[in-house]
Amino acid sequence: MENLNSYLTVSAILFSIGTIGVLTRKNAIVIFMCIELMLNAVNLTFIALSRYLGNLDGQVFVFFVMTVAAAEAAVGLALMIAFYNNKESIDVEDVNMLKW
Amino acid sequence: MLGTYLPILLVVLIAIIFGLVALTFSSLIGPKKKTALKLSPYESGCAPVGTARERFSIKFYLIAMLFILFDIEAVFLYPWAILYKKLGVFGLVEMGVFVVILFVGYIYVWKKGALEWE
Amino acid sequence: MDMITIPAVNMTPIMPEIFLSVLAMALLLINVFVPSGQKSYIGYISFIGVIAAAVLVGTGWGMHVESFNGAVVQDNFASFFKMIFLLAAGLAILISDQYMVREECNHGELYPLILFTVVGMMLMAAGTDLMTIFLGLEVMSVSLYVLAGFNRENRKSNEAGLKYFLLGAFSTGFLLYGMALTYGATGSTRIADIATFAAQQSLPSSNVMLLAGMLLMITGFAFKVAAAPFHMWTPDVYEGAPTPMTAFMSAGPKAAGFAAALRILLVSFSTMQADWSQLFWVLAVLTMTVGNITALRQDNIKRMLAYSSIAHAGYCLVGFTAGNPTGTAGIMFYMLSYTFMNIGAFAIIVLVGKKGEPNGNVMDFAGFGFKHPALAVAMSIFLFSLAGMPPTAGFIGKFYLFSGAIQKGYIWLAVIGVLNSAASVYYYLRVMVYMYMKEPTEEFDWLQVSAPIALSLLISVTGTLVLGVVPSIVLQYAQEAIKLI
Repeated sequence: MENLNSYLTVSAILFSIGTIGVLTRKNAIVIFMCIELMLNAVNLTFIALSRYLGNLDGQVFVFFVMTVAAAEAAVGLALMIAFYNNKESIDVEDVNMLKW
Repeated sequence: MLGTYLPILLVVLIAIIFGLVALTFSSLIGPKKKTALKLSPYESGCAPVGTARERFSIKFYLIAMLFILFDIEAVFLYPWAILYKKLGVFGLVEMGVFVVILFVGYIYVWKKGALEWE
Repeated sequence: MDMITIPAVNMTPIMPEIFLSVLAMALLLINVFVPSGQKSYIGYISFIGVIAAAVLVGTGWGMHVESFNGAVVQDNFASFFKMIFLLAAGLAILISDQYMVREECNHGELYPLILFTVVGMMLMAAGTDLMTIFLGLEVMSVSLYVLAGFNRENRKSNEAGLKYFLLGAFSTGFLLYGMALTYGATGSTRIADIATFAAQQSLPSSNVMLLAGMLLMITGFAFKVAAAPFHMWTPDVYEGAPTPMTAFMSAGPKAAGFAAALRILLVSFSTMQADWSQLFWVLAVLTMTVGNITALRQDNIKRMLAYSSIAHAGYCLVGFTAGNPTGTAGIMFYMLSYTFMNIGAFAIIVLVGKKGEPNGNVMDFAGFGFKHPALAVAMSIFLFSLAGMPPTAGFIGKFYLFSGAIQKGYIWLAVIGVLNSAASVYYYLRVMVYMYMKEPTEEFDWLQVSAPIALSLLISVTGTLVLGVVPSIVLQYAQEAIKLI
């Protein structure tokens, strides 16, 4: 697989897009989607490397990352709902009772 | 040569027959009350036509969350299913433990009333 | 057909984890099947479970067992940290009940969540594979997000949970990317194999992928232990979260972050120590200074202790920078002492607080020393220890951290550490000034000490003093533990 570099480049770009998104977006759900983008960029890296190295550990890792991302999604959405119930907003600008 | 494809043909046939039988019997013996709600594509979901920007109930999030959690666990069943025979009893026991843990979560969700729509 | 040969699986290294997981699941089910307004019994069962787990960990002391194909190990290093986590969890459980009843969020799920957090932390300390460490970290973090937002009727708690979740998940991304690049560079996720690979390189830091992987992992761990400049979430989360959970978060997960980072850096990247110790030098100075200087300006006592916990992470990073047996054993000793003194201080804050915590300010301690002399003495001991004065545990811990740095020739680092420690005396003593030298503005008549909190205070005071007077009884275990990883 001589084009490993292309895979790594794509995932690095995706990871950067996710990071920039987290830092610039205001809506908590969009921020969370950007975090998911980062995690999936990592998954792509793992799978490309796993194929390249001929070692299955990377793909096993991806299974766990997917599961963990699902658990995080569930907890994150629950926290957002709890916040929304008290505040009627999920804009992070409204997360302002505690000073940053 | 073609004989090797026979099992696939059989599976396709069984699938078609299964679908047909289910549709035929439910239309033959099922009760029919043709109200507007009953005829809509998603009887217990959102209205399929209309603005997509409509607000919908927060309860959908709960269902979605539970779906994600239990759905993703199926990912672990696939590798096990593929290597089922090679993994033998050990694999079966391990998967049993895994499913029991999931089941604990399911019972918790159920008893908490998260599956009730009200 | 070829059967896949299953490697011999030895369950003994993860017996405490299995025990706690099963107990937590059982408690979850008991919680839904036994309808009762009074959920305290779940707390008592959890506490007994924590003690039982500690016995399990203790019986394994001195053994070295690898299992699951080298993914987990039972060694003294892991056991020492497991004891810290269990201690933190036990003390947090003891102070939770009264607080949760008062704040009317006495849901039975609290205790199983604490137990799951402990399981995650234990896997982080015992993991010898990046995969195990990652899974442990996530089991810990996901439970902690819920614990931070546990009081769901309270907006501050909501905010704390949401913030912790967003920033925690963000940092997980960096940690994972670092793990992926390390895997790519070395072809393995096993810590020992990574070490073998790095040892074969003539100049491992010239391998860009490996270096980037290490740096990203350090970034991820820096978030988890709240090292500056990745500390911004800490004060908000610590202030908003329910107080017993703040106490727990400041001690247990921080120790877990250090445990995993120590194992990865000291084993996998031992040949690159020259590179990472420079980085930790900067992190340590920044973390100590930012934490202490900001803490000087805080009036809210939870927020003050949050900044002080950043500063304490900075002291531990000094031991990290040294990276020698004195410094690293110092980290282990310090995290143990910090667990005693910090959770003790938070227990007093729980007692002084009223429903909704309208009185979270330092000024609200005015005259506390006259109204409740015994509690005030306990608080003074904790504050003395946090400030690092003899004869308390905090002094001995700092002494070992800084002498580790001096042995390695980081004189300036030790000097900055001592100066920081001196500055911190101001804000700790400020609380004592209010307790003993101001006229009481409150009667403190709402204050009631329940038996579990009294027990937790007793344990904390004893621990803080014993570790301060006869540190060798614990320090020798820490030194023994660090030798073998």
